[in-house]
Amino acid sequence: MAHCPECDANVSVQDTIVGEILFCPDCNAELEVINVERPEVALAPEVEEDWGE
Amino acid sequence: MRLAILTSRVRVEEKLLLEVLRQRAIDFDIIDDGELLFDLAQPDARWRTYDAVFCRSVSQSRGLAVLHVLEHWGIPVFNSAAVTATCNDKLLTTLALMKAGLPVPRTMLAFDAQRTVEGIEEIGYPAVLKPVAGSWGRLLARINDRDAAEAVVEHQETLGSYQHHIHYIQQYIAKPSRDIRAFVIGDRTVCAIYRASEHWVTNTARGAVTDNCPVTPELDSLCVRAAQAVGGGILAVDVLEDPEQGLLINEINATMEFRNSIAPTGVNIPQEMIEYIVSNVREGVAL
Repeated sequence: MAHCPECDANVSVQDTIVGEILFCPDCNAELEVINVERPEVALAPEVEEDWGE
Repeated sequence: MRLAILTSRVRVEEKLLLEVLRQRAIDFDIIDDGELLFDLAQPDARWRTYDAVFCRSVSQSRGLAVLHVLEHWGIPVFNSAAVTATCNDKLLTTLALMKAGLPVPRTMLAFDAQRTVEGIEEIGYPAVLKPVAGSWGRLLARINDRDAAEAVVEHQETLGSYQHHIHYIQQYIAKPSRDIRAFVIGDRTVCAIYRASEHWVTNTARGAVTDNCPVTPELDSLCVRAAQAVGGGILAVDVLEDPEQGLLINEINATMEFRNSIAPTGVNIPQEMIEYIVSNVREGVAL
């Protein structure tokens, strides 16, 4: 189980892949999966001006 | 066959594409664009291990830069750097469409604030101001009168980057509370959706609701020609329905999002995308 860097809630990375975006079940922070084998998430990068289609 | 999928973050679209790759037993790697470091004169041998690289970077600038480098190194990429560069820039897209004789909304370009307001008045109210390199419907402005024109242009000049000082002015199209997004893969329109919204901006990223749009021979022909006008590949063509002028091409997207378009159309869009890449790789067609 990973921990939300914002509120320290437990965050499951089961069935995810590195780079996938999750939302913290407690504080709803946008999180990016950093590691699946050793569960780790980080705050997702802010959307930049050139993002999108 | 071995593919690399270039990503900035793994969204629903990328997960759907990876699912297709797994179903087709196609070997692949996911490459995070943020981790790349290119020594331009020394091609990294690992890129040679891929039959093609599929750019799915959410960052338009990063994705385009990577495509330029990989093409320079002779690595097959989808879409090509030239196609992506054209689609990332509304001015280049409009010029490419006009060169092909395709219908587009009347568009003007200006660099000076006063000349921009003159252009808006020439086109008539309401007019639309767009950043040439915008995405997800951001920073679009419908200009209803001269007060709004002067205010928005002053904001662009004062607060915007140099890119926002290129004023792309477009005729406002009184579309029927919706636009059309057509998915063109290779030489056919595989499906299309209506994007409906009470707001005049009808991007799904802004909450528009999707519904199936029948691909008529007219729509197919128009959209395929539009895709070919920017170089072709895996593209999403946005079409406006003008009550007087008929169908107009608004813009074309080279790294299309499709999560909301599979259910209403019943078309497995990610499968169509992967099949196109596989087919082109097998035929040795590097875009």
